[in-house]
Order: sequence, then structure tokens, then C-alpha cells
Amino acid sequence: MTTNDTIIKVNGLKKSFGDIHVLKGIDIEIKKGEVVVVIGPSGSGKSTFLRCLNRLEEPTGGDIYINDVNITDPKTDINLHRQKMGMVFQQFNLFPHMTILKNMTLAPIKLLKKTKAEANKNAHELLTRVGLDDKANSYPSQLSGGQKQRVAIVRALAMNPEVMLFDEPTSALDPEMVGEVLEVMKELAKSGMTMVVVTHEMGFAREVADRVIFIDEGVIMEDASPEEFFTNPKSSRLKDFLSKVL
Amino acid sequence: MTILNFADWLASTPQWIQSMPQWLQTFLFQLYQTFIYQNRWKFFTDGLKITFIVTIGALILGVIIGLIIAIIRTAHDSNGSSKSFFILRFLNWFCNLYLTVIRGTPMMVQLLIMGFVIMVPKTEIGMIVCGIVTLGINSGAYVAEIVRSGLMSINVGQSEAGRSLGLNYAQTMWHIIIPQAFKNILPALGNEMITLLKDTSLVSVIALRDVTKQAQNIVSKTYQAYVPYISLAIIYLVIVIIMTKLLGILERRLRKSDH
Repeated sequence: MTTNDTIIKVNGLKKSFGDIHVLKGIDIEIKKGEVVVVIGPSGSGKSTFLRCLNRLEEPTGGDIYINDVNITDPKTDINLHRQKMGMVFQQFNLFPHMTILKNMTLAPIKLLKKTKAEANKNAHELLTRVGLDDKANSYPSQLSGGQKQRVAIVRALAMNPEVMLFDEPTSALDPEMVGEVLEVMKELAKSGMTMVVVTHEMGFAREVADRVIFIDEGVIMEDASPEEFFTNPKSSRLKDFLSKVL
Repeated sequence: MTILNFADWLASTPQWIQSMPQWLQTFLFQLYQTFIYQNRWKFFTDGLKITFIVTIGALILGVIIGLIIAIIRTAHDSNGSSKSFFILRFLNWFCNLYLTVIRGTPMMVQLLIMGFVIMVPKTEIGMIVCGIVTLGINSGAYVAEIVRSGLMSINVGQSEAGRSLGLNYAQTMWHIIIPQAFKNILPALGNEMITLLKDTSLVSVIALRDVTKQAQNIVSKTYQAYVPYISLAIIYLVIVIIMTKLLGILERRLRKSDH
């Protein structure tokens, strides 16, 4: 039903909270290794769309296929799929009662049945990759915002995910820390990770994305390459939006 | 010969006591009657054993019941649309019933009903079990609300982070939410522990010989209430002060990760 290199396929995704219809039918296909940036005004439903992809929000309609498995089917073991989909949150959501190392090894030990030594080794390698190995035994409260978010990214990576979802990863950061987090994300994109990124960082979208998507009023208004998206927007809503943010 | 005559006692004491003022002699006589005469201090230590056993047993039972109820109620409030909705709704209804009944009736009445209507224990062991079960069920209702407030105090992002890694509901609860909630509710939980310890003084109504009952026994032998009851109060006070100190130490240790 889908081509081999399609990893995420969304058909007519709908989500409503009571009488408020946030998503009114989203259709999209994302290929393996693609970096898709999702842009839109606040309240447009872009975060809700992202959170539906790993069912942190239960969709009220439509289907989501991950590697040809319909994850909206109640019979699907969603926990198994979440292991393969890392998620990074705006508020970092590190576990404050655990050291950085514990934060990163909890899920691999419990779910991938890794030994403590294996998980620790992997965690140290990942921390070294983002320049934070000296913080392995610190607690989250001892880290800056940018450091926390870098840890949150490698915590998700420690599960060897196939897809990484980013929900406004730089929106809660002080301006001078945004760069270090985007740098890690850029490197991750280069390494071939499939990424769906909800962000307000237009520079990142322009530089790193393979596709940029504009969501407004619960539907995809524009889906284009960054070049096309920023220089030649088709919908008037996007033109209006870009004139305000650029 | 259980009642000791003051004059006989005074005659048997050394000279330096006989030359004391009368009020001090009376006080010493009461102390002697309460603790030393016929090894009566054993009444207190025997009673304390029962008090501790009932307190600790009821505490463990109360925390288990409280935790289960709090998790059911939190799960019910936080996911209204899942497939296990109807089971959860029934469990939640049952928990609410339990909370209403237990919190709406006096502990003393619950002990009387458990001791003379439901369990009717005949042996000392049976009475201890009856005391533990009654106090545990009672305490569980209060612990449940304390734990629930603790679980709700943890940011929803914590649970989302756990679930997004692939951990299931129980694993997320056990490894991520409960340890953080426990730290937040420790003061309230300590309060409940202290209340529980003091509430064990009610178990004498089901003929359990806890430390309060034993103090009453001494009074019935000496016809002197002053020293036994003041001593009893001091015993409770000292235990509570020690518990408070220990809880303070535990709290400081758990706060290690906050800077």
C-alpha cells in the first residue's frame, strides 16, 4: 500500500477536543531519512499533529501508518512503536530525580533488555557526541537549558529510534542557547535520521529541511521544498504569515 | 497484695527519703508504684510492643491500599476514553464508596464494628490482626488522598516523556512518577504516620493491650492516675519527636537532587 521507503503515512487525520476541531484532515507521507519541518501560527494544530504521530494524543479520525503498521488500530502495541520514535519536548522533560546517565539508560535497560554496562557505554558515547560526557553524573537541575535539551535529544537517541519527533525544541531556551541545540539537530539530520520538527526557527527550516509544511486551521496549507516555500509561497495565508515572521 | 500502703513503703526507704518534704515523698511513692513495684515497667514495654506492631502493620497496609486507590483514581481521571474505561469506572466508583464510608465514620466505631461484628477475634494474635486491618483500612483512605495529590503534583510532561520512550503506564508510574511524588508527599505522609501511632490508643476497645490500655491497668491497681497517665503522654511524645526527626533526615536526603 505504500512504497518501500515511506516510513510515515497519514490519511485524513482528525483530532478534536470536545467541540474544538484542531485537526480537520491531515494527509502526508514522509520518506525514510527525510527532514520535515512543520511551521504554523500558534493554535494551528502543528503540535497536536506531531503528538498524534506517537499517540500522545489519541486521534479522533483517520489513520497513521508507521512502516505499514496502522498505529491508530487499538490492537497495535503502541509502546513498541514508541520505542522506535524518539520525542523531544519544548520543556525538556528530563527526569529530575535521576542523574543524566540514569535518564539515558532507564528505557534501554527496561525495554531493550540491555545490560547496565552496555547501556552506560552507549550513553557515554552519545553524551560525548554532544559534548556533555562530563555531566553524566550530574542531575538535570545542574544543567543549563541548552544542555538539558541536548541531553533530552540523546536520551531519545539511546533507544535507537527510526524517527525523531521534535516539539518546538528551542522555544523554551534563552536565545544564546538556541544555537547549540540546533547544531545537534543539524548533525542528526546529516546522519540520515528521519525527523519531523515543529519549530519557529525559519533559519533551521531553510537550511536543514528537505520539506517544509505549513499547517493552519487544522489542515496542511502548503507542502514544498524550503526554497519554494520561502521564495515562492502559493497560499495567501502563508504569504501573510511569512511577511510577519521573516 | 497489689495495693501498697504508703506508710509501709516509707518505712522501708532509706533515711534521706524519709527526711524529704511530704509532696516529694508522695511523688516518689507514685513513681515507685507505677514503675518499680512488682516490675510494673513491664506493663509499659509489653504495651509498647503491641503499639509498635499495630502501627507498623497498619502503616504498611495503609500505604498499599492508599497507593492502589490513588493510582486507580488518577488513571480514571487522566484517561477517560481508553478501552478499559468501564472497568476503571467501576473501580473508581468502588474507591469513592470506600473513601466516603471510611472518612465519614469515626475510627472508634470502625474498631467496634470490626472487633465485635465482622472479625470477632478470640485470640491475642487475632486481636492484633483485627487492629492492624481496621487501622490499615482507615489509614488507607487518608493515604490515598495524600498520594493522589502527590501524583497530580507531577507535571504531565514527565509521564509523556516516559511514555514516549516506550515505557508502559506501570513502568512510567513506578520509575518516574512515584519516586518524585513520594518526595513531595513525605511531610503529609509523616503526619499521617504520627496520627496513626496515636490512633492505636483506641485499640483497647477491642481488648488489645497496647500501651494506653496498660497504663489504665496500672491505674486500676494503684488507684493513682497522675503518674501513669503523665508517663503515658511522655512516652507518646518522645516517640513522635523521634519519628519527626527521622522523617526530617529522610526528607533532606531525598532532596539531594534539587539544587
